[in-house]
Amino acid sequence: MSTGIDKTGIKIGMWLFLYSEILLFGGLFVLYAAYFYKYPEFFSEGGKELNRVIGAVNTVVLLVSSFTVAASITAVQRKAKKQAIGLLIFSIFCGVVFLVNKYFEWGAKFHHDIYPNSETLVSGEVGLNIFFGLYYVITGLHGLHVIIGMILLSISLVLVMAGKVTESKYSMLENAGLYWHLVDLIWIFVFPLFYLVL
Amino acid sequence: MDSQKNNHILSYTTLALVLGLLLVLTGVTVGVSYIDLGFFNVPVALAIACTKVTFVLLFFMHLRYEGPIINFSFIGTISFLLIMIGFIFFDVAFR
Amino acid sequence: MIKTESFYDTPAPAGLTGIKAWLLTHDHKRLALMYMWAILFWFVIAMMFGLLLRTELMSQGRTIMGPEVYNSLFTLHGVIMIFLFVIPAIPAIFGNFFLPIQLGTDDVFFPRLNLFSWYLFMFGGVFALISLFTGEGFPDTGWTFYVPFSVEANSNVSVTVMAAFILGMSSMLTGLNFITTFHRMRDKNMGLMQIPLFTWSLYATAWVQILATPVISITLVLVVVERLFSIGLFEPDKGGDPILYQHLFWMYSHPAVYIMILPGMGVISEIIPVFSRKSIFGYKAIVWSSMGIAVAGSLVWAHHMYTSGMSDVSVFVFSLLTFLVAIPSAVKVFSWIATMHKGSIEMTPPLLLALIFIYLFSVGGLTGLVLGAVGTDIHVHDTHFVVSHFHFVMFGGTGFAFFAALHFWWPKMFGIMYEFKNAYIGAVLTAIGFLFHYVPMFILGLQGMPRRYYDYLPKYETGNFLAGFGGYLLCLGILIMFGNLFMSFKRRIPAPSDPWGATTLEWTVPSPPPVHNFVKKPQIKEFPYDFSEVGKREKNGEKSRKIL
Repeated sequence: MSTGIDKTGIKIGMWLFLYSEILLFGGLFVLYAAYFYKYPEFFSEGGKELNRVIGAVNTVVLLVSSFTVAASITAVQRKAKKQAIGLLIFSIFCGVVFLVNKYFEWGAKFHHDIYPNSETLVSGEVGLNIFFGLYYVITGLHGLHVIIGMILLSISLVLVMAGKVTESKYSMLENAGLYWHLVDLIWIFVFPLFYLVL
Repeated sequence: MDSQKNNHILSYTTLALVLGLLLVLTGVTVGVSYIDLGFFNVPVALAIACTKVTFVLLFFMHLRYEGPIINFSFIGTISFLLIMIGFIFFDVAFR
Repeated sequence: MIKTESFYDTPAPAGLTGIKAWLLTHDHKRLALMYMWAILFWFVIAMMFGLLLRTELMSQGRTIMGPEVYNSLFTLHGVIMIFLFVIPAIPAIFGNFFLPIQLGTDDVFFPRLNLFSWYLFMFGGVFALISLFTGEGFPDTGWTFYVPFSVEANSNVSVTVMAAFILGMSSMLTGLNFITTFHRMRDKNMGLMQIPLFTWSLYATAWVQILATPVISITLVLVVVERLFSIGLFEPDKGGDPILYQHLFWMYSHPAVYIMILPGMGVISEIIPVFSRKSIFGYKAIVWSSMGIAVAGSLVWAHHMYTSGMSDVSVFVFSLLTFLVAIPSAVKVFSWIATMHKGSIEMTPPLLLALIFIYLFSVGGLTGLVLGAVGTDIHVHDTHFVVSHFHFVMFGGTGFAFFAALHFWWPKMFGIMYEFKNAYIGAVLTAIGFLFHYVPMFILGLQGMPRRYYDYLPKYETGNFLAGFGGYLLCLGILIMFGNLFMSFKRRIPAPSDPWGATTLEWTVPSPPPVHNFVKKPQIKEFPYDFSEVGKREKNGEKSRKIL
């Protein structure tokens, strides 16, 4: 109750929020499953048009940033403030790299006239239209979550610098980290489902 | 009730090992995608993804060290998601 | 009793004055009251819309409005009633007020998040209002926002959909708060099987809120995305499948039915034992049936779609699963009845309303079986039978549970007692009006009158007239009921801390409760519905309450 801060409780609250995020994406994965069943050959054709290398690079970027966020929590717990700040800045930088990659990827697709309601997709095969429709919706929503995650990490960064996040009180950083890992989790599924379907 | 002092500190080495494993698995899944396994393409890719996700959850997200409330509710959430995806096939697969 | 300052006199956080003490408060009790006024406002608006609809249908052809207005009105009636009244009513008002007290604590776990949910709720309401007065006309898609119409309609669907999205977030965050409070703030001496049933039902509801709401959120987002970019995810021309929209929609909206009814069942489980002066029958069975409904309710969504063109296999599977939900619901009804058996029943307005609930809910539940079975459903699908069925459950069930909760907890929330006689008159009139209003609709539905139609064949005129007449009776009854409750503010007859002889923790604190709820450390009973002390007290001739 009023005796100190209940860190476990705060974490439970955050996890509950993460569940709702999982199911938010879950709704889209339901659509993916149903349409993949309906148009398997077009999904593999569409998958080949996506740039596997950029996808793999982005996966690595997110994995590394997940690692640095987790390490920054360890750093805070060990009272290594400078390390924590460095690790967090690096994580946010990874987020930027991810988004820049995404920007070039989307840009290339737009250049090839592949975007929602574009001439190529509307007059082409319907299966491809659905594949790229889902691609844009899911990666778009994921990109939005990357941005939110970066904002949360930046807030934590400021709080670490200001000495508000310490080894005895780091719930904010921990929750921002959990959110960032969730973004990573979703990408781990998005990557094979879109880039590697054969 | 789970204990209040949940101060398990993961060492950098553990985290780095997990990261290494995740990167290897990423390499494997990209590599496998160049081989045509027929029907098994998707199951293999998903199995690797699930393994990766499990490691992120257990170590980066500390799920290994959480109390029963978070663990059970997480399993419940995933079951609910699987039910949604699974039950939709009663319709889609038999239309 | 020690004189204590009620939460009305103590702002939380301290130091706030005037209107700020309400608008910036973290106190779950103040927030509950703020929810109450907002929700009552929306209830009255939506009720008026409903009455206008039924007036239009009282005679054939144009009566008071044109078909476009009619389409908008039933959409708004549905959207407002569902998202702004039925879903939030009991959790947001009574849940916020009593869940922390029943758990023996001073507030919810995230008080500021609680305030934020209230603002989301108000913001969602404002969005709903904006959607009325901007864009090209009122939304007229029905509350289900089915594609392709919702994507193609020129009316202001996007804003309405976003309103529903925001309201969903508000409801989800409330659920998140409740679960965390349940696990982390519960009195250390209170075991899981010592928790009052109302709180248990809110806990089950909260899980559904957290797990199902995101699905509607993403579905509504997709409707907006489709309107903006026309990707074609649900458009057959572009390879999409409109039935998948219905799947996604009902994946939330069917569990949402249990978000609406479970807290109502919790209220009834509190009221019945109190006025039977008898421990609740089958406490554990009720707890498990709450959780069972939450789980089973998530497996049956496609029974709304038997005629939509989905596969026969799924029609069969979902019909079978639907019958499973009947089991935990029936467990509850039988437990309530068994609680009353050989009890020492004391009639009061809350009990009367609870009894009406049991009757109306049972009718609603049993007609649900008619709809759950495929053979009969195909005959009455999308007719007035369906309209009547879900009003029996939503209004006869949740609505009456809401009224019962108001009458049960009113003395605790405001510290004043209302007049019984008028409450009885209001309740009875509402129930009679209700039956006059909805029973004809069952018959109309069986005769084949479709729902959502502006006009009808001459043979349906009698039924529609009767339903309209019943609608006026119903509204009159509700008016009397609320008028009576509000009159209590004028008469100000103080209520004691335990006017009913009830046993759960909220009745051990002063009415209205002080800002931290408990004056002294709460005494956790071994079993929350142990009436032996109340019985002793009453045997000694000590009346809990003056007869009014």
